[in-house]
Amino acid sequence: MSLTAEEVLHIARLARIALTDADVERFTPQLSGILEHFAELAAVDTEGLEPTAHPLPLSNVMRADLVAPSLSQAEALANAPVQEEGFFRVRAVLE
Amino acid sequence: MTAGTSGDELWRLTAHEAHERLRAKEFTAVELTASVLARIEAVEAKVHAYITVTPDVAMQQAKEADTSFAAGMATPLTGIPVAVKDLIVTKGTRTTAGSKILDNFIPPYDSHVYEQLRRAGAVMVGKANMDEFAMGSSTEHSAFGPSHNPWNTALVPGGSSGGSAAAVSAGECLVALGSDTGGSIRQPASLCGNVGFDPTYGRVSRYGIIAFGSSLDQVGPIGRDVEDATTMLDCISGHDPRDSTSNPEPVADLRHYLGRDITGMRIGVPREYFIAGMEPGVTARIEESLKLLEGLGCVIDRELSLPSTEHALAVYYIIAPSEASANLARYDGVKYGFSEHGGGSMWADMEQTRAEGFGQEVKRRIMLGTYALSAGYYDAYYLKAQKVRTLINNEFEAAFRKYDVIVTPTSPTVAFPIGAKVDDPFAMYLNDVYTLPASVAGLPAISVPCGLSEGLPVGLQIIGNFFDEGRIVQVAHAFEAACGFANRVADGL
Repeated sequence: MSLTAEEVLHIARLARIALTDADVERFTPQLSGILEHFAELAAVDTEGLEPTAHPLPLSNVMRADLVAPSLSQAEALANAPVQEEGFFRVRAVLE
Repeated sequence: MTAGTSGDELWRLTAHEAHERLRAKEFTAVELTASVLARIEAVEAKVHAYITVTPDVAMQQAKEADTSFAAGMATPLTGIPVAVKDLIVTKGTRTTAGSKILDNFIPPYDSHVYEQLRRAGAVMVGKANMDEFAMGSSTEHSAFGPSHNPWNTALVPGGSSGGSAAAVSAGECLVALGSDTGGSIRQPASLCGNVGFDPTYGRVSRYGIIAFGSSLDQVGPIGRDVEDATTMLDCISGHDPRDSTSNPEPVADLRHYLGRDITGMRIGVPREYFIAGMEPGVTARIEESLKLLEGLGCVIDRELSLPSTEHALAVYYIIAPSEASANLARYDGVKYGFSEHGGGSMWADMEQTRAEGFGQEVKRRIMLGTYALSAGYYDAYYLKAQKVRTLINNEFEAAFRKYDVIVTPTSPTVAFPIGAKVDDPFAMYLNDVYTLPASVAGLPAISVPCGLSEGLPVGLQIIGNFFDEGRIVQVAHAFEAACGFANRVADGL
């Protein structure tokens, strides 16, 4: 499986990571090489096998719907790069 | 074994030796902590085991420990100086996960495992260095620079919990917490000559552990002998409702399994683990170890075959990056952490934040995972890997109907030079070839030192069945006593 530079840029956009030209030049062969090693899985017979999501036979673990202490607004905002009037501040999403 | 434990060298003690002597009032927790902090002062420039050293926190906690001793309230970990891997969140103490993107992150809450350590009265001396977001096998992917192997500082200590393992070997703590996703406790323990214990998935709560691969991550101990690792694991085990994958069944105290006879123990040795690429010195120590176990009365069977072992690497390096790509989506420069504002739009800011904040290996893995989960490739990569994961699990399940434990090497090589593999991602991934299968299956496994090759430590891996850590402790402790390799503090620093 060989990736093109365009595909690497597409993946980076999906992952919200800006890449420089040098990054693309480095990552394209590296990612292609790793994916080539993964191609071996295609030949493994997995007919009739269920996928394993995680190792324990636990699913849909619920807790009682009770109000419990949580972080205060000040604590939740303490690490915010930019905050304003008790909110996280970001640039406008819509132009 | 504990030569030179005069006043200024208390850092040479194991945690259980220190505990006995604290109880006997030979020294105080404050004196023990001061000794470890002085050792850090003396060797840290050469080892770089820590991202953050916390002397003020440590001295305060040591004073509290002495109060607990005076009140007769001490546990085996009270007053014991520990290193905490820097992806374990600690309220009020910077926690970075080895990443620039969390360089300034001060957690507003404590992880479950740190709460447990504090409840036991342990003393935190620092936050240990690690590969960024635990992605790596050498600590070279830390944004804060690599740690150095205390046995030879030109070499890596392994990773990703390399800072934890190096701190234990250098005497910069007595025992440490690491985390293991594909070998990140066992491999550095092997390379630094320590005992590293990766528990069954679900034994230890992941609440407050900065996530990498959520179906694989587990916290566990690194110590200078099996007893210390066992004590530490007992301290952090047990159900926590704040982690929905935490096992609700009660867990037994593993210390009961120390010192037990292992006659008749059935040991499987899988053929697939003896591959090209294993160093001759490693092969020799493993062969000697199997003879030693036989001499202790174990029944060794070398006919065990786990044919899907060869696929564990591909399965792991699809599943872990896929989970990582989702987990690391939270680093957007909005809620906490490093943030870049020069992009001109919200999306551009986010892309610049992640471009500046993440290192090369983290970007590689996020992109691998994003690709494996993207439209048109999900079935071929992620779903296929999950099915092969089932195949690997089934082979282990069949093996544990026949054997009590499975014994293998921990790593195909001893510690390698800093810089040797950092530019070749796939060569770095091969370090984990023996530790990945148990991780993929969620099984518990320990690495115990089994001697030296070219003057460097070699580790023996003992894999057990789900929640059968007791048998691992039993075999590892008996093996350690017979092998005579325990509590080796690296002396050349």
